[in-house]
Amino acid sequence: MSVLVDRSTRVVTQGITGATGQLHTRLCREYGTQMVAGVTPGRGGTAFEGIPIFDTVDQAVRATGATASVIYVPPAGAADAIMEAADAGLPLVVCITEGVPVLDMVRVKRFLDGRRTRLIGPNCPGIITPGECKIGIMPGYIHKPGRVGVVSRSGTLTYEAVHQLTLLGIGQSTCIGIGGDPIIGTGFVDVLRLFRDDPGTAAVIMIGEIGGSAEEEAAAFIQAEMKKPVVGLIAGQTAPKGKRMGHAGAIIAGGKGTAAEKMAAFRQAGVTLAPSPAELGATMQAVLRKGGLLQ
Amino acid sequence: MNIHEHQGKELLRRYGVAVPDGQACFTVDEAVAAASRLGFPCVVKAQIHAGGRGKAGGVKLVRSVAEVRAAAEALLGKTLVTVQTGPEGRVVRRLLVEQGCAIARELYLGMVVDRASGRVTVMASTEGGVEIEEVAAHAPEKILRETIDPAIGLAPYQARRLAFGLGLAKEQVGKAVGFMAALARCFVEADCSLVEINPLVVLASGDVLALDAKIGFDDNGLFRHPDLRELRDATEEDPRETEAAKHDLSYIALDGNIGCMVNGAGLAMATMDIVKGAGGLPANFLDVGGGASTERVRAAFRILLSDANVRAIFINIFGGILRCDVLAEGVVQAARDEALRVPLVVRMEGTNVDPGKKILADSGLDIITASDMLDGARKAVAAARRP
Repeated sequence: MSVLVDRSTRVVTQGITGATGQLHTRLCREYGTQMVAGVTPGRGGTAFEGIPIFDTVDQAVRATGATASVIYVPPAGAADAIMEAADAGLPLVVCITEGVPVLDMVRVKRFLDGRRTRLIGPNCPGIITPGECKIGIMPGYIHKPGRVGVVSRSGTLTYEAVHQLTLLGIGQSTCIGIGGDPIIGTGFVDVLRLFRDDPGTAAVIMIGEIGGSAEEEAAAFIQAEMKKPVVGLIAGQTAPKGKRMGHAGAIIAGGKGTAAEKMAAFRQAGVTLAPSPAELGATMQAVLRKGGLLQ
Repeated sequence: MNIHEHQGKELLRRYGVAVPDGQACFTVDEAVAAASRLGFPCVVKAQIHAGGRGKAGGVKLVRSVAEVRAAAEALLGKTLVTVQTGPEGRVVRRLLVEQGCAIARELYLGMVVDRASGRVTVMASTEGGVEIEEVAAHAPEKILRETIDPAIGLAPYQARRLAFGLGLAKEQVGKAVGFMAALARCFVEADCSLVEINPLVVLASGDVLALDAKIGFDDNGLFRHPDLRELRDATEEDPRETEAAKHDLSYIALDGNIGCMVNGAGLAMATMDIVKGAGGLPANFLDVGGGASTERVRAAFRILLSDANVRAIFINIFGGILRCDVLAEGVVQAARDEALRVPLVVRMEGTNVDPGKKILADSGLDIITASDMLDGARKAVAAARRP
């Protein structure tokens, strides 16, 4: 079991003719994902390594029955690409693009209101159900099918957590990078709710970072609604105030959004904090063992 | 990206937001000429990218040519230490000379992108001249809020609700509504991330005016605004941060001696944390980003080495979109070009890790390899301590 994506997911790549789109469409297909179509306006009727290319997402969906889209379109066109995918009725849209203007995302969120499309990202690594479906840029080989859900704002830190789990023989149900921007489609609470309801997920690793209050909201949800164990980490404990740490969202503004506040919220919610980023896997292993969840 | 007050006011003026008449000056003579043109009294304001200037003596009211000359001489070249600059302060290199005005009331007006609602929020308060964080902490009920629907913009009724909420007289409300509408349009069209008018003043004449203007732009939106990019003042930034920005690298200078090069902001922050946990201090935050080329990695390496405090370099890469072989190639080239003067610890995992490791091993460089990030952090800390 898993959340959002599995063997049956059929994926269209928006921006399939760019270098990044080509590379990762190829890698996802090699992983076993059903990459059924590509979209690049003006290139309709051609193909990329046997994958048919269309001018519009709507055409691609009608012709191939795609159920999800992945976006590698450059920042200036990314918001439009998301809206096009939503308008074509796709239930899942994953936007990898880094550097999307925040006010574009304000408009996108408004556009998505009342539609059935779930957006993951932007500025994220994507989503993977190990052994079944990989949509995005994460290295496939570090994953292993299993029962731990992983959710994080950071891409490479997600890989770090997954890699540690796999080295310990602990597999993952689904891993989702929700993206490091201030305005994103799917937040921690959305993903935690999915993991809570997924019988295939036994425990969750949640990796937050400084800035905003998404971790605090997640902590409140965990306290109220999660029975499954959660292991947590907050990156940015040593970050200075008022500086944007790479992610547009990662900034301690007006003394708010510090790692200390977020860790306190996690602790209060019963989340087991990993002592360091190198001990995410070991912490989860201990938690699973204690709960009798380790086979 | 942040800009100076005088640049912010020029931008606001373009959008029809009322601001006092004024002029940016780089010399004492320019300041005197500007004041003579504007007429007395006027105000001489130090231009630095930090607040708290008034309390630090960076804003002076002048009533004569002699006074403006004295004020400009005192301020230009002076290191101003305010509550926001840190103890090292900022050197004043330019002034804003502005018409004085008869203030009846000081208010606060701000606009930010609110993460929770995913929309632009307008905040207004009767507590002008006070930091909004302070008002939020002590008297949150004094902050009025309106959320802007991106499909509509700031609706007139919302602006009216704010204006009446601030207790403005009915003949001032129309002016305030026009002011807020223009400001909201500026925010959206110029891809701002923050606009603060503190104080927003009501003059004795009933006019509404932006007496100060703090504007921040969304860096991701700057590609649409080549004119605004020109407003960047490199003297207000760490030179290494400016150099990093040129190469699309995300770099923040810190106080420690372990130079860190990492891909991904989250992993970069986690690397700083683990270095500290291992008993060291990071010299910087550096995210080389997802699509880094060999060239970009070389630039990153040069920036790290240009920091004289750096005693060891810790490269922590988990390749996804960034391939380990590309990273390794860049590191090898840079280490050859720059005459590597400090120990180099490399931890690498992910896409194309084996070719990457081979490139490093074949390079003949003295590289300390690490099996995971904790191992890497410990080795870097130990290397930095070597005499």
